[in-house]
Amino acid sequence: MKTASPSFFKATMAIVQKDLSAELRSRELLSAMLVFSMLVILIFNFALELDPDVREKVTAGVLWTTFAFAGTLGLNRSMAVEKDRGCMDGLLLAPVDRSAIFFGKAISNLAFMLIVEAIVIPLYGLLYNETRIFQPGFLGVILLGSIGYIAVGTLLSAMSVQTRTRDVLLPILLFPVAVPVLLASVKASGGLLAGAEFAEILTPLNLLIVYDVVFIAISFMVFDFVVEE
Amino acid sequence: MIEVKKLVKRFGLKTILRGLDFSVQPGEFVALLGPNGAGKTTFLRILATLSRPSLGLVQVAGHNIPNQAAEVRAKLGVVSHLPLLYPDLTAEENIRFYGRMYGIPDLEERVTEVLEMVGLDNRRKDLVRTFSRGMQQRLAIGRAVVHDPEVMLFDEPYTGLDQDASEMLDEVLRSVAAKGRTVVMTSHDLARAEDLATRFDILSRGVIATSAKHEDLKNTNLLAFYKKSLEA
Repeated sequence: MKTASPSFFKATMAIVQKDLSAELRSRELLSAMLVFSMLVILIFNFALELDPDVREKVTAGVLWTTFAFAGTLGLNRSMAVEKDRGCMDGLLLAPVDRSAIFFGKAISNLAFMLIVEAIVIPLYGLLYNETRIFQPGFLGVILLGSIGYIAVGTLLSAMSVQTRTRDVLLPILLFPVAVPVLLASVKASGGLLAGAEFAEILTPLNLLIVYDVVFIAISFMVFDFVVEE
Repeated sequence: MIEVKKLVKRFGLKTILRGLDFSVQPGEFVALLGPNGAGKTTFLRILATLSRPSLGLVQVAGHNIPNQAAEVRAKLGVVSHLPLLYPDLTAEENIRFYGRMYGIPDLEERVTEVLEMVGLDNRRKDLVRTFSRGMQQRLAIGRAVVHDPEVMLFDEPYTGLDQDASEMLDEVLRSVAAKGRTVVMTSHDLARAEDLATRFDILSRGVIATSAKHEDLKNTNLLAFYKKSLEA
């Protein structure tokens, strides 16, 4: 049989489609992320006694903390599915550039994260009567921050999943590396919520874009070495 | 078809393979035997391009590893004790996914063909998590041959199978996976290895200690040959 090496794009999309189909059926990952996110938001409400004045200042921080924790859950689970039954070897055996595997996993992880955010943000708005979070600029920052977080998270989860302590190791590895993305995201989204001028949030916004590009480029270059023994 | 010269594999300070030489002619079925920890799986993972050799020459189907790993992978099928299948996808979705990863033309026809070959066409719409271990292993063989590879690597394919499932797998291995292909198989099941293979290589302490063709074992059986090789 004549086989042609699949294009980078086709291999990437095959992985995305496979992940989305499996998750649509099992809903293990999304339900865990969603329940966890809601619990975190409720806990913050009790812990910080979110009255209207406090809420204005902490909304961005609360949301990003929630997304970061929930994202870690999703990243761990998404890579564990590949590792537990040897499926990662199945992917690595395919005659494609291995960065296609990274992009496939990263896009499906981003899709899961965005689905969770699309549910959690309106819920937060509803629970705390916060309407400013629906402005396009804020949602754009959420998207940029999620891209950077997922890019570096997918790479590190591919590393941590090979260890026995993967559940503990991923957040330990990820949070220090993702600090620039999270800080820039909180600064930019906090500024937008406070009604700051665009010029005022330009610096964190630029940082966010630079981190996204850098993290994606680094992950693209080193993924092959991370997954190979 | 497979040529390995002075292969060394180290993990940190630990040396697993110590200058291993190995070659397989097209169409041969080589059973790679040896005690636990001898380096069989490590060696197979290097042949499968899943692990990099520390030193030495490794060629599969005329391509060097690791420099031409993608070309090697296109000609290689691997069946291990893990099925490498997604439990939340159906049998046909699993085969279709791997077919897309290998760039198979006329994919739907090939999916049907593969499922028929491994006797799972009537379960094609069922989720893999509902399959028995034996059925999963048959589907794993379908996954491994979806791109019609020239070389097959079997790493302990009988692990966890009961007697009936092992016999069924024997049949699928013979009729689907091994037919017309070059095969290297690691196994602790000497009886099955003796039945399937045309050559037996004993891997001990990181090198091939002894090698014998099936016809050379006329006056002895594989177990006696295996024991003698390890004692030497």
